[in-house]
Amino acid sequence: MTGRRLTRAARIDPAQPLSFQFDGRAFQGVAGDTLASALLAAGERVVGRSFKLHRPRGIVTAGPEEPNALVELGEGGFREPNVPATIVELAEGLVARSQNRWPSLRFDLMAIAGWFAPLLPAGFYYKTFTWPAVSWETLYEPAIRRAAGLGRVAELPDPDRYDVRHRFCDVLVIGAGAAGLAAAARSVAAGARTILLDQDFDTGGGTLLDPAWDPWRAARLAAVSDCLLARTTAIAGFDHGVVAAVERRVGGQRLHLIRTERIVLATGAVERLPAFPGNDRPGVMLAGAARSYLNRFAVAVGERVALFAGNDEAYLAAFDLVAAGVDVLAIIDPRPTAAPMAAARDAGITVFADAAVVATKGRTLGQITVRLSGGQRRDIGVDTLLVSAGYSPQVQVASQARVPLVWRPAIAGYGLAPDPRWQAAGAAAGVFGLSAAAADGDRVAGEVLASLGRASAPGALPDPAPSPAGVAIFEVTAPGKAFVDLQHDVTADDLRLAVREGYSHVEHAKRYTTHGMGTDQGKIGGLTGSAVLAAARGLDLGAVGLPRMRPYTVGTRWGALAGADVGVAFKPERRLPLHRWHQAHGAVFVKIGLWLRPLVYSATGDTSWGSVLDEARAVRQAVGVTDVSSLGKIDVQGPDAGVFLDRVYANTFSTLAVGRARYGLMLREDGFVFDDGTTSRLGPDHFVITTTTQKADEVLLHLEWHLATVWPDLRVSLASVADHWAQFALAGPRAREVLAPLVDIDLAPAAFPFMAAGAAVIAGVQGRIFRISFSGELAYEVAVPARQAEPVWQALVDGGARPYGLDALNVLRVEKGHCTGAELNGQTTAADLGLQRMLKKSGDFIGGTLSTRPALEAADRLQLVGLRPVDPDRRIRGGAQLVCPGATASIGYVTSTVMSAELGGWLALGLVAGGRARIGERIVAASPVYGEWVEVTITSPHAIDPDNTRVHA
Amino acid sequence: MLRIPCPHCGVADEAEFRYRGDASVTRPPADAGVDAFHDYVFLRDNPAGWHLEWWQHAHGCRATFQVKRHTVSHVIAWSGWPGEAPP
Repeated sequence: MTGRRLTRAARIDPAQPLSFQFDGRAFQGVAGDTLASALLAAGERVVGRSFKLHRPRGIVTAGPEEPNALVELGEGGFREPNVPATIVELAEGLVARSQNRWPSLRFDLMAIAGWFAPLLPAGFYYKTFTWPAVSWETLYEPAIRRAAGLGRVAELPDPDRYDVRHRFCDVLVIGAGAAGLAAAARSVAAGARTILLDQDFDTGGGTLLDPAWDPWRAARLAAVSDCLLARTTAIAGFDHGVVAAVERRVGGQRLHLIRTERIVLATGAVERLPAFPGNDRPGVMLAGAARSYLNRFAVAVGERVALFAGNDEAYLAAFDLVAAGVDVLAIIDPRPTAAPMAAARDAGITVFADAAVVATKGRTLGQITVRLSGGQRRDIGVDTLLVSAGYSPQVQVASQARVPLVWRPAIAGYGLAPDPRWQAAGAAAGVFGLSAAAADGDRVAGEVLASLGRASAPGALPDPAPSPAGVAIFEVTAPGKAFVDLQHDVTADDLRLAVREGYSHVEHAKRYTTHGMGTDQGKIGGLTGSAVLAAARGLDLGAVGLPRMRPYTVGTRWGALAGADVGVAFKPERRLPLHRWHQAHGAVFVKIGLWLRPLVYSATGDTSWGSVLDEARAVRQAVGVTDVSSLGKIDVQGPDAGVFLDRVYANTFSTLAVGRARYGLMLREDGFVFDDGTTSRLGPDHFVITTTTQKADEVLLHLEWHLATVWPDLRVSLASVADHWAQFALAGPRAREVLAPLVDIDLAPAAFPFMAAGAAVIAGVQGRIFRISFSGELAYEVAVPARQAEPVWQALVDGGARPYGLDALNVLRVEKGHCTGAELNGQTTAADLGLQRMLKKSGDFIGGTLSTRPALEAADRLQLVGLRPVDPDRRIRGGAQLVCPGATASIGYVTSTVMSAELGGWLALGLVAGGRARIGERIVAASPVYGEWVEVTITSPHAIDPDNTRVHA
Repeated sequence: MLRIPCPHCGVADEAEFRYRGDASVTRPPADAGVDAFHDYVFLRDNPAGWHLEWWQHAHGCRATFQVKRHTVSHVIAWSGWPGEAPP
């Protein structure tokens, strides 16, 4: 027990105790604590085990950069792994567990890995578990995964709630420390739409650690209260000023997608971990973190403390601890002299200048070894070592958005290159010290506002103070394990090994050693690692760089990214205008694309062939009606409508008479079939196209694009009317009998022949009738406004038409030899489908030229044929390969297969090499998946009524 | 995510648009022959730099227009109607 709670003013409320559990043990913290500060106050030192070597690890930081103190938070569906304890706002009843230890944190059997550490070099997995290959999946990987793992994900649905909020502003300020508050306040005062994000639950960044800043902060917070999003972390920056941020709320999270003109990056800087032997021992902590725990949470992180740092800012931690009555025994500074050394000595601290820490001892820290200026060594007994290697500006969000980084030797860190949209301020720009940061934030806001054409006045600033000076410490070379990545157990020696083995580029070294690949993304040790690489390669650090920064800046829940688009909202569902009618009459629905369509009507939910064939027979023998409202429908109007259709269809439409319909075939420009459907001419300048359900959107885009870009001179307008019209196919020998009494036009064959089209009143509703047939029977398609569909449909049903579903429709069209998506699969040409005579011989049309390529006209291409089993009861499987008897090479495949209503037995369509010339041949439909080999006869695809007598009835 | 300036509606999220291909190629005349159409359909430059492309505001006004976009930085320098020339 070394950490303890002090009685002193801080940003916690000791009057509000909060109970929580860690690893099953009961603890108490107070309101305002993080999980980490409460654990430290309770004297907990070891909070996790490292990833590879299972070394005990303690809390190192006080923020989202924490590499060690990762916990599983919550239970059941709420369980969330890999959460840094340093950002968890303590709440009553909180349950957390440490990770990556077995069976317990105090006694971890896997720590045996540490004994074999010399045998676990960088690239170990690549080098060792290589043979035999089969053992990787069965043996090595499961064992490695058990040993090396972080938290466990929840296996239950996430009960938290999520949503997305879309936001727009002129100026986005990320970070509400001194610089961010000053920038946001100036932006708000200038009247700019401003959003200020801060990741903490207590807003104020570094100003929270110095009570002298309380009045200034309070005034700024009051000024920006309308635009502040607290508990909100910028997780990613994108192109064009788009920033994603996650707000942690009670009961869930909200993703803010922010579009902004300008971004002020006031994210501060992260204190770096120096690499020296034993720098991972619990009790080693960043100096700034110790100061946070003291000033914000009233927690002394140790009893006997030393500081190893090369910068003045870190001395503040030592001074504040002394003031709080904690023993600070020594300051070890690599600089020969520095401004605050005198004050430190006055405070009774022994200062070792030009010195370094070269070793630590103890399960948790008990002793450090200092290499003094003259080279001698001295052991000092301490329980806590504060370290500071310098500060790295936090530029991830901007770097993700492709703002180039520039090496700045003066701060030994990377800053942002000048960018029209992104500008850093305060510590994120390498301007350290609160006063200087606030002034910088104010100045940057003034520049940003001026670039938006807005005048602004400087804000009120505290008295200027000198910025702290310092040097960077990257590595203390001495024997022993000096870690650059605590989470993934990467040492400086591992990086040097990577260089020796040829993985010297920073991106290669990262992957070879896993440096910076943890959930913390190497925030505190990333640059330290680059410095080790630079030294090993004999390059300047600025020439080595950092690995590319990618989203997200912190661990992010899938739920936050998915928002509310889960479950039924994952994909929109489209319902037919008569969905409820179908539902009430026993429709079993099938999802085709986004559409829900009746598959079959069956009160008992029976979808077997019996029900389907009953419906199909009703059409063949009497009359049926089916809902085809999901077909695409495009209105084409204008003086050049006919010319336009001649160019987009392979066949001619300009010659179509008003009041007539024609089957049309569209090709892609590469000469293959794109889509088909029926187009009707309703007036001299007015056509209506139908498309297949699947291609409805694509056909409209295709037509619009050609009209806008290829033939902008054509006077044509296009509009999708797919949702405006409900459409029903009424089919069967008795179709006319059912429809005629309901309409105001003469349906006699002479008056309204096959392929007639026109306006009519149907059951009192103004609509359209098209005498077209997909089933091969006498048929009419009736189109009425979607909202008036139900009485018309009901009248057809009342008149004796039996509703039939998609399965029966499929039976009918396969019998007739009509194509759908299975045959119009993007690989078939008009000739393949037996439609070669439809192609115009002259005139420009899409696909006209490339459809004449020799390979597309070859005689041995796969051609559409019918297939019937020699034994009619033997099932032909969809997707079965077609082979010659005794051969193994495929000559084609089955595209569609049904039980036939009219012929009995199974019937299929397929594509067979040179198929039209092979009609009558016996081949085999082979389905190795089912272990079935069925002898079939190749037939014409038109199994019923090949002479089209029925449709003309 | 890109923010794309529709000449009709103004700037909107990429999610509202459909990319419609390279705007620097032109459909050959009907009698140009198979080779010309082959090039038109299949051959595209892949520049690391400025690229003229078609976008359609599919979830908006449905206008099709040109965008001059840098394929490396994603900067959009210009958008305009079909037939207009970028400055």
